[in-house]
Amino acid sequence: MSEGKRYVARSKEIAARRLGGETMIMSGRDSTLYTLNEVATVIWEAADGTTPLDEIVTTKVCAEFDVTPDEAMRDASALVTELGNHGILLVSDTPIAAAMAARATQRGA
Amino acid sequence: MQELIAAEARHNILIEVGGVPVRVHTADRGFVELLENRYTGFVGAASRAAEFDFEIDLQAPGSDPEADVSVRREARGWTFERGDFRAQWDPAARRGRIQQTPNPYSMDSVLRIVHTLVLARQGGFLVHAASAVCDGKAFLFAGVSGAGKTTISRLAPSGVAVLTDEISYVRREGESYRAYGTPFAGELARVGENVSAPLDTLFLLAQGPANKIEDVDKAQAARELLTNILFFAEDPESVLPVFESACDFVGRVAVKRLTFVPDEKVWEMIG
Repeated sequence: MSEGKRYVARSKEIAARRLGGETMIMSGRDSTLYTLNEVATVIWEAADGTTPLDEIVTTKVCAEFDVTPDEAMRDASALVTELGNHGILLVSDTPIAAAMAARATQRGA
Repeated sequence: MQELIAAEARHNILIEVGGVPVRVHTADRGFVELLENRYTGFVGAASRAAEFDFEIDLQAPGSDPEADVSVRREARGWTFERGDFRAQWDPAARRGRIQQTPNPYSMDSVLRIVHTLVLARQGGFLVHAASAVCDGKAFLFAGVSGAGKTTISRLAPSGVAVLTDEISYVRREGESYRAYGTPFAGELARVGENVSAPLDTLFLLAQGPANKIEDVDKAQAARELLTNILFFAEDPESVLPVFESACDFVGRVAVKRLTFVPDEKVWEMIG
């Protein structure tokens, strides 16, 4: 993959519940309901804003599921892009906590 | 002067659904009588204190008569609007005002919206479902229009109390849930019985060639329950608790798929 690092964090404007192997997420923004399968659930739960996506794929997805790194990264990127477009995940090329702190600093300047 | 005093006379009626007494006040005695008939079994004693009071102004709101319902949170409470009514409600002050045409269906809609918002804060919801009490246990029968809610209600044997054939009232109670009777009727055109009972099972209705009951996994149960829950508000503070309640509900109450033929024998499988 030629992409740089991407960081993902769960939005605070949602509610999520794990039921069986799936995770159900409701967007508080538009009341849309999303269901994540087991693989997507692993990415969702690891989306702490500080662990890069490629590390989540390598250490979590590839470790738990029978999938090649390239395939897992491709699927993870598509998932992250889609959930990011719907505001369910925050996606950034810098750690999310750091990016938020930087914005706060800029606002305070 | 006497004419002025007469013009100021107000009448009221207390409508209590799910143990939440709502009093409506109007200058029109005839409208109160209309509501007394409409909410038979759910009218509380005049001396009873109300949780919320609404003043009704029986005038068309002047908005587009075809407008869909809209429920908005505003600086001081909520505004509900549809072609036939406009209501403002301040839950903190426990008061509201409704401008509506003089028909009970507008009142019905306002009450449903109020109850969905009250229940959202209490871990409950209104759901498109028939419900009934059998041997002290409540059963819900959820489904879209045509799924069989009214049919299963009609088939209920004597001794079964039908709570509603259309809109069920569900509230968290301790570690479980309780279903309450409602006056919100469907094709049965009959108000439910004003009783309540702990919920035993939610049946997701389907019609088929034979009666059968199947397990439903929790994620699917939550999805289908959410599809049937009534909710009108669009703000996250209200929507997300309803989602949480639905997920919590499927973790505590058995959810099954009930496929049935329209025959009273289906009730032998319930309970």
